[in-house]
Amino acid sequence: MTEADLVVIGAGPAGMSAARAAADAGLSVVLLDEQRKAGGQIYRDVVRAAKVRADILGPDFHKGLELVHALRHANIHHITGATVWQIERNTRVAYTVEGAASFVTGKCLLIATGALERPIPVPGWTLPGAMTAGAAQILLKQSGMLVENAVLAGCGPLLYLVAAQMCRAGTPPQALVETQSTANILAAVLHHGMGAIQGWRQLAKGLGLLSELRSSGVKRFTGASAIAIEGSEHVEAIRFTARGRRQRVECSTVLLHHGVVANTQTARSIGVPHHWDELQRAFVPEKNKWGRTVHPQVYIAGDGAGIGGADAAAITGRIAALAIAGELGAITQAERDAAALPLRRDLRRELAARPFIDRAYPPYGGALSPADETIICRCEEVTAGDIRKYAKIGCRGPNQTKAFGRPGMGPCQGRYCGLTVTELLAAANGLSPQDTGYYRIRPPIKPVTLGELAGLAKQIEDEKETAQ
Amino acid sequence: MESDYAIIGGGVVGLSVAWGLLKRGRSVTVIDGDDGSFRASRGNFGLVWVQSKGMNQPRYAQWSQQSVKAWRAFSDELRGNTGYDVGLEQNGGYDFHFSEETLAETVRKYETLKAKLNGDYPYEILGHNELRREEPEIGPKVIGAILHHQDGHANPLKLLKALADDVRRLGGRILNDKTVKSVSRTGSFKLECSDGTTVEAAKTVLSAGLGATELGPNMGFKAPIRPQRGQVLITEKLPRIMNRPSLIARQVEEGGVQIGATNEEVGFDDTVTLEGLAGLAETAIETYPVLGKAQLVRSWGALRVLSPDGLPIYQKSTEMPGAYLVTCHSGITLAAAHARFIPEWLEETPDAPDLEVFNEDRFAIA
Amino acid sequence: MKTASQLRKLADGSRLVRVTFAGTDFQLREGGNLAAEMLAAGIGPFRYTPVSGAPRNPYCMMGACFDCLVEIDGVIRQACMMEVREGLSISRPAAGEAEHD
Ligand SMILES: Cc1cc2nc3c(=O)[nH]c(=O)nc-3n(C[C@H](O)[C@H](O)[C@H](O)COP(=O)(O)OP(=O)(O)OC[C@H]3O[C@@H](n4cnc5c(N)ncnc54)[C@H](O)[C@@H]3O)c2cc1C
Ligand SMILES: Cc1cc2nc3c(=O)[nH]c(=O)nc-3n(C[C@H](O)[C@H](O)[C@H](O)COP(=O)(O)OP(=O)(O)OC[C@H]3O[C@@H](n4cnc5c(N)ncnc54)[C@H](O)[C@@H]3O)c2cc1C
Ligand code: FES
Repeated sequence: MTEADLVVIGAGPAGMSAARAAADAGLSVVLLDEQRKAGGQIYRDVVRAAKVRADILGPDFHKGLELVHALRHANIHHITGATVWQIERNTRVAYTVEGAASFVTGKCLLIATGALERPIPVPGWTLPGAMTAGAAQILLKQSGMLVENAVLAGCGPLLYLVAAQMCRAGTPPQALVETQSTANILAAVLHHGMGAIQGWRQLAKGLGLLSELRSSGVKRFTGASAIAIEGSEHVEAIRFTARGRRQRVECSTVLLHHGVVANTQTARSIGVPHHWDELQRAFVPEKNKWGRTVHPQVYIAGDGAGIGGADAAAITGRIAALAIAGELGAITQAERDAAALPLRRDLRRELAARPFIDRAYPPYGGALSPADETIICRCEEVTAGDIRKYAKIGCRGPNQTKAFGRPGMGPCQGRYCGLTVTELLAAANGLSPQDTGYYRIRPPIKPVTLGELAGLAKQIEDEKETAQ
Repeated sequence: MESDYAIIGGGVVGLSVAWGLLKRGRSVTVIDGDDGSFRASRGNFGLVWVQSKGMNQPRYAQWSQQSVKAWRAFSDELRGNTGYDVGLEQNGGYDFHFSEETLAETVRKYETLKAKLNGDYPYEILGHNELRREEPEIGPKVIGAILHHQDGHANPLKLLKALADDVRRLGGRILNDKTVKSVSRTGSFKLECSDGTTVEAAKTVLSAGLGATELGPNMGFKAPIRPQRGQVLITEKLPRIMNRPSLIARQVEEGGVQIGATNEEVGFDDTVTLEGLAGLAETAIETYPVLGKAQLVRSWGALRVLSPDGLPIYQKSTEMPGAYLVTCHSGITLAAAHARFIPEWLEETPDAPDLEVFNEDRFAIA
Repeated sequence: MKTASQLRKLADGSRLVRVTFAGTDFQLREGGNLAAEMLAAGIGPFRYTPVSGAPRNPYCMMGACFDCLVEIDGVIRQACMMEVREGLSISRPAAGEAEHD
């Protein structure tokens, strides 16, 4: 049995910066991440990638290096390749490394498990060759691989980033099929006006990417709708409507993306309440300004607490660490508040551009309310029409459709169908997503073999005996 | 009058009874709670089971047998009406044993019961080698099993879906997302829901699972039921590794192996625990060693609806004539009986089953 | 089973090691991400779904979608969460295969 003052799940910017800040305050920290290298999604495998691919990845990547190097601290025990599958009594965390299960108990727990790409159910999205734009980025960062003969489809800053990275590497996409319209952008400008200027840095980054794309000559279609991916055994083409007519572009890979949403599996598995955030069009966990949840020992930071981007994630990680250090008596209340003050100012600046981005790049409507035949649950192959049918026989919430038609019961446990099911049911029943609710998430949050699980039975016995 | 019957609770018990009443030409309104309420019907193990039931009350064993015998026609009719196949298999089921002593002890009890049932208790004892011929994946620690030929299993979620669909098709009204707060009777029954909806009916059946603890006393019932937690595991989809279900594991039609269940007295707490999961995994691997490599993809805790002696309660209210309490632990096994025979009892027809031993008076004596 | 790769690899001088997929030998970069290396080698589909027998390849590359499931030593695992090791013997998960055949 292991113990620590703080157990952190997730070694992305939020988890890494929290681990370091807590360690600096004198707390012992166990940092768990299923990846073999620290970095999280944005800074994936940063130590290796920065050496060989810095030119393609862009300057931001270097911030990640700093965060990873800061993990070298006597108080931090980073367990790599550790997949967390269950949390119990709020701070006892069970995980598996290389086929062996163990658990560690913290005085406090920080959940920093980041974001997921928003599910984008369009016809053909389950075909081999259809991937997320994030996946293409991971291939590049982690493996130095570039997707050739690809079309990018959807919307949002990450779509542009991936496109730009592909251009820099000399494998530009065949086309960029964008679902937002000029009207969306105009509406966002009108709504925010000069207010968004506060977030100028992020917006400038976006504009930079756009001009990069323009000069590379990638074909762009905006206001695209009726997106469908074609192919029998593998992607062969993408079809969509744009510029007033049906378009077809042949390609062997389609990279889909329309924003990221908080990955709420871990927090939900211990019953942290969530609420619907209309602007992010997703559920976010309830927490106070320190990231503390309804369970007093459990905190949450980074994109898993609501999307804010990498820099905001690092800041919220630090803020949570300060609160935890204060809670455990490592620093005084006054020290905590003083240290948090500048962080909150930075955070406000980081978040200033978010509402603008959310309005300018709304999720693709065709994927929020897919046609009846479209598969929405990849694992159990449940269609949008099935969900609408279950609504007719009385399903008001996703737990009822799960019982009736199995969506959310497969190995991904609803990660890529949950939001769609909520939206479909809400629309069919004339309820809000908030009132419709979400799947009840149960352990394991990642699969674990029965053998690994059984191996824990003895450790649990031992722990009981020592406790007696 | 809105309906002949108002049924409180749309779990497997309430829907089975509603279905049977509709088929008798009664009008029915079912009121069912919200997405988050405790629902044993969604968290159970799916056995349609006879062995080990009613060891101290042969009438219960017999009632289960009556239901099990009516199940095939019941499931055929549901499929015919709705197109949903509830996956009924009745090829027998096992009670596995890891020691000669427990096996001998169980056989002794079964023999006593069999005598009371006039010999209608078809089971056989399989030694390890015989068992291995039936179940090649069985582990060396299993010394033998009792194979009971009346046992089987079904898909409880499909059953629930088929019932929900067919009750509507037969003209039943189902009000979802509504919780009955109070029941009053002035000539007819008036049910008030938390959202202000009211339902009127000539008679009312309380089949609200654990919800009966709150409503029961106001309707003249003792409703002495309590929750008991059962944790259940399910693996990824696997190739066929077992041929018959048991109290330890069963392979569902989609391929996943379901492993259950703990028996824990923890009140209204339906969370899963590491200890519970690890213990279940251990037993499952002892029984079927190949399961060691299988991935667990889901687990859940669900609350059994238990009376003090574990038997069903079928009670007519004396305080509120026309109100009935129908609740049981084995609602899947008894679904066919509830659909076929309980309506006769509610309607007091000459064919009504004798359910005397299941009334609440038995608890007053104890 | 082997289709042309849609991935271009940036050179990094890693050692190539032998792994087998569904009985065929492949040379993959040691220590590389298994799913990525398989894709780059043109291996696919990784699996057939147990529900309809549809072909699947990696979708998210971050351990969330479970479309990259493969069987290694009798255990079904996410290829995108594993590294290439010499001699890995990989196959398609059996349940899906059975229904596909
Ligand atoms: C695929 C993808 C690519 C992205 N790329 C960019 C980008 O290039 N630029 C950008 O600005 N933003 C990007 N984002 C947005 C990104 O969410 C944030 O920028 C930033 O990474 C958030 O940091 P975080 O610390 O909150 O979470 P993350 O960086 O996502 O870190 C979370 C960590 O938790 C770990 N984890 C999750 N669940 C478990 C578990 N059960 N057990 C163990 N470990 C677990 C994960 O392995 C991960 O390392 C991307 C998001 C995604 C999903
Ligand atoms: C782990 C486990 C394993 C089991 N295994 C088996 C098995 O293998 N075989 C078998 O036969 N049985 C099994 N059972 C038992 C079986 O699941 C139950 O007997 C059966 O589901 C009970 O059904 P119910 O309709 O009475 O209760 P529930 O399913 O709990 O339904 C009650 C319904 O009433 C509603 N409700 C409650 N209060 C109100 C109110 N005030 N107003 C309106 N609606 C209300 C709720 O919303 C709920 O939907 C198992 C149970 C558990 C927990
Ligand atoms: S590709 Fe999604 S889990 Fe591996």
